[in-house]
Amino acid sequence: MTDLNDLKYTSDHEWVLIDEDPAEGVDAGGVVVGITAYAADKLGDVVFLELPEVGTAVAAGEVVGEIESTKSVGELISPVDGTVTEVNERAVEEPELLNSDPFGDGWLIKVTVAEVPADLLSLEQYREVTGE
Amino acid sequence: MTERLSPLDAIHRAAGATFTDFAGWQMPVRYSSDLAEHKAVRTAAGLFDLSHMGEIVVVGPEADRALDYALAGKLSASAEGQAKYTLLLARHGGVIDDLVVYRTGADRYLVVANAANVAHVADELRARTAPFDCEVFDESDDMALIAVQGPKALDILTSTAGFGIQGDGNDHDDFVDAVSGMKYYRAVAAEFAEQPVLVARTGYTGEDGFELYVSPDQAPALWEALAEAGEAHGLVPAGLASRDTLRLEAGMPLYGHELTRDTFPAQAGLGRVVALGKEVDFVGRAASEEGPAADAPVLVGLASEGRRAGRAGYALFDGEGADASEAGVITSGALSPTLGHPIAMAYVAPRHAATGTTLYVDVRGTRIAASVVDLPFYRREK
Repeated sequence: MTDLNDLKYTSDHEWVLIDEDPAEGVDAGGVVVGITAYAADKLGDVVFLELPEVGTAVAAGEVVGEIESTKSVGELISPVDGTVTEVNERAVEEPELLNSDPFGDGWLIKVTVAEVPADLLSLEQYREVTGE
Repeated sequence: MTERLSPLDAIHRAAGATFTDFAGWQMPVRYSSDLAEHKAVRTAAGLFDLSHMGEIVVVGPEADRALDYALAGKLSASAEGQAKYTLLLARHGGVIDDLVVYRTGADRYLVVANAANVAHVADELRARTAPFDCEVFDESDDMALIAVQGPKALDILTSTAGFGIQGDGNDHDDFVDAVSGMKYYRAVAAEFAEQPVLVARTGYTGEDGFELYVSPDQAPALWEALAEAGEAHGLVPAGLASRDTLRLEAGMPLYGHELTRDTFPAQAGLGRVVALGKEVDFVGRAASEEGPAADAPVLVGLASEGRRAGRAGYALFDGEGADASEAGVITSGALSPTLGHPIAMAYVAPRHAATGTTLYVDVRGTRIAASVVDLPFYRREK
């Protein structure tokens, strides 16, 4: 179980796990990105994911993917500048993982970064954004 | 605008529902999962709160003639206890709202309107029925609506304690007989805990089911009783998100999507709902007789492969390339939970409307092939 205090957040409802967990298989300088449980709940049942290809250069604030639920379409906005190194193919096959385990098996992409943006939110700050 | 709450609001909150604004009402959009709720309605049953819907009573010796003039259908032909799907037309022939009208007595009708249109429908009915000997009462605030929908709906209703038929001393067996023998689009004046409840075999999911009109005071007890009796039958509370995918699979139009003031009923495949055969004049008659222009768009079903659904507002093209012309627009679309592929309803030019025609949906910049198919997408086995 991921400790939510170990993650950083964006006001667009992405979470960012910054590197350094060998078990997660993230290269040094890399981050893991997913969407929060709050975002998954708001979307409803996720049924389709479109994620960037490995090797794609992404920029913070840029739309890099789509998350479709039964009712609506959500955007995946990159929280960082960098290059996609891995895509969660299991989540593409089983999009329901975003609802059942958004902070774990429902992760979306891994990105190498030169530096982590300073304006990411703590859990406490993120909860102020969602009011929950 | 003040946010309106259902009389069942506390029950929904306790059940952990997610809410959405629905015509000024905070209504449950889902309790757990849209897909699970959708599937429960197809295989067992779902319990819906539809208290945001509008209930307007038209009563008086000339209520039947008044409604024949005000509405597209021939309401005077309804027997007591019969329900009819009908339309409130504008003079120019467009649809102001789609309605279910129950004849609840010789001189009494219950008109059920969409939440967003209630005030407008009540005003129109008052104005149109003014020359007749009848009165119009908007009783929306005094009526809650609970629906039990799905193949187990009858079993659930008949195993719920507290029902009886109005005026016969609350005999449960009589209630069971009455609802078991009831045909689709019929209703019976019943009682729950000795309070009146109209039990109708109607719905908006493509399944068998019942809709129960009850006072707001009584609604929580009725909901709890149905939920308790339904547990053994797989009944789950179901939100408005699942209701939307259910009605889409069943090919049922939704006001504001498939039906608007600019839509002629004939374009939506509802030409038969306009009773041109009735002997009297009615609002919208002249325009309906003339009909829509020959090239006016018509409603079709679309089915595609994969998982990316075209959604309301997405454009349709007659080819994949940049030189393709626009062929129409989607009014409702989703990945069908029952069928497993995307489905949509769309208005297309008549030359693109033949079954089997291939059109291309612009899904946020990608063209996805879709075939015109017959509606409904899903039909329950009887």
